[in-house]
Amino acid sequence: MSQNLEISNNDIYTRRLWQHRVGISLSVFAMATGIFFLLWILSVLVINGLGAIDLAIFTNTTPAPGSEGGGLFNPIVGSLLMVGVAIFISTPIGIFAGVYLAEYGEESRFAQITRFVTDVMLSAPSIVLGLFVYALYVAQVRHFSGWAGSFAIALIAIPVVVRTTDNMLGLVPSSLREAAFALGAPRWKVATMVRLRAVKAGVLTGILLAVARISGETAPLLFTALNNQFYSSDMNAPMANLPVVIFQFAMSPYDNWRELAWGGALIITFSVLGLNILSRILVKTTKN
Amino acid sequence: MSENNTHMEAALQMNRSTSSKLPDFIFHKITFSFALLVLLVLAGIIVSLIISAWPAFEHFGPGFITRVEWDPINNEYGALIAIAGTLITSFIALLIAFPVSFGIALFLTEICPNWLKRPLGTSVELLAGVPSIIYGMWGMFVFAPFMSDHIQPLLQNTLGNVPVIGELFQGPMMGIGMLTAGIILSIMIIPFIAAVMRDVFETCPAVLKESAYAIGCTKWEVMRKIVLPYTRIGVVGGVMLGLGRALGETMAITFVIGNAHKLSWSLFAAGNSIASTLANEFAEADSTLHISSLFALGLILFVITFIVLAAAKVMLSRMSQGEGSK
Repeated sequence: MSQNLEISNNDIYTRRLWQHRVGISLSVFAMATGIFFLLWILSVLVINGLGAIDLAIFTNTTPAPGSEGGGLFNPIVGSLLMVGVAIFISTPIGIFAGVYLAEYGEESRFAQITRFVTDVMLSAPSIVLGLFVYALYVAQVRHFSGWAGSFAIALIAIPVVVRTTDNMLGLVPSSLREAAFALGAPRWKVATMVRLRAVKAGVLTGILLAVARISGETAPLLFTALNNQFYSSDMNAPMANLPVVIFQFAMSPYDNWRELAWGGALIITFSVLGLNILSRILVKTTKN
Repeated sequence: MSENNTHMEAALQMNRSTSSKLPDFIFHKITFSFALLVLLVLAGIIVSLIISAWPAFEHFGPGFITRVEWDPINNEYGALIAIAGTLITSFIALLIAFPVSFGIALFLTEICPNWLKRPLGTSVELLAGVPSIIYGMWGMFVFAPFMSDHIQPLLQNTLGNVPVIGELFQGPMMGIGMLTAGIILSIMIIPFIAAVMRDVFETCPAVLKESAYAIGCTKWEVMRKIVLPYTRIGVVGGVMLGLGRALGETMAITFVIGNAHKLSWSLFAAGNSIASTLANEFAEADSTLHISSLFALGLILFVITFIVLAAAKVMLSRMSQGEGSK
């Protein structure tokens, strides 16, 4: 009798042990899969893109169909301009809204709704924001433009800045605020000069993350900024930008266009990932 | 904490009555108006989409959603194929991403040695940082040929012979198509789901886990039968968040889905999603009805993702509230 019990116990034990082993192995395998795909994508980018990276890619403009050589000077300038304008628009809006949420968020229902909506907007499909800017701006002025592109990607950047500002301000210890209040400082001064100042680096992180997020955005630019084959710094005209140029060149039948697309892809990915890592380091220093 | 807050409120009241109230009032109104702006943008998006999509709904009626035709030459439009393509690719993505994300979150919270946690966690999060268009290029030039050479023949020779689901793996193996799009989507949403799972797994009280270990549970049993049930609302929230991301993903899909307005039983066939239709046709659309129909697609996409993401948010906040009441 007791012998039997022991055997069946052993059986159960063995089965559980194997379940555990299989489960843990699968988990390690899942982790390896994630890393594998990251390395696969990055190595493909380096192998195909590195050959295209030389001085000419930064100084020549995009080539005409059928012509040799060429570079990505105009789309790089266009992207920098549009991202710059978008950040210029979204930073003040994002920081002020974030300060409002952190400062008055506990008291008002309105703030809670805004926080909820920002969270949803953070993951909303970016192409719909392009549609919105098209309907509101492009369709009214009847031409594609760099401004329209900037507005579209600014809409993507705003929730990122709001959320990080709000989160970072939440990390400020209340003793710091209380100390400032005890000295008789008015609320606006405490909010800006004590609380906000304490998390400067964190807010900067939010801005960097926003830059990283919008630098690679393609969908909302397709029908706002469109593209421009020539160099132009006129924000009121269609404007070349890296993501759309990569999209068009990658789909094209010309070899030199495809090579430029890989070069552009390499530039954009490593800048975006670099910004991501930089912001991570900043967050770590803030939290410490 | 709440007592502290009431003290602070009292102090603030005193403060307000003694020093001048005006600057505080202005500060409140300024920050308030920026927050209001964020809300107004959302309202503006919905309103402008409805206005622009109106002609299409007026012309085709609510049946627009279930119409199969999409023919710019004869000006006939319907949303069914694009909606189906969006849902099918997202479903494939979730099917793959859920177990893999669970594995990654389990690895990062329970198995991984401490010194590896940061680099591995960061690498997974970097997957989310890679721009969508890069996934598209990699998908079209590298992954699609790999699919047609290795994965698709394998699937057709094995699962293809199984009755009923075999239908899903028939047809020419071109590499691009619904299945490839779904797999690439899954890679893109894994970091989001894994990050949420990892966060919610860490909210599971140590006492609960230690008790399970003390009665002799294995690590796998603790995760599967203690931590996962305890955090299930948060886990579902994370999955919904991933779903919301997958539904709206545009560029990666546009490269690999094949952009064909047809519906087929085979997952190897080319299809179309709402976002890829918009990306392909919007800049070149001419007739008012065509543009309006595209706006209608955009509105449908926005409404679906909004509902999914809102549900995700509600679940995740319920999760963190539960944590507070412990």
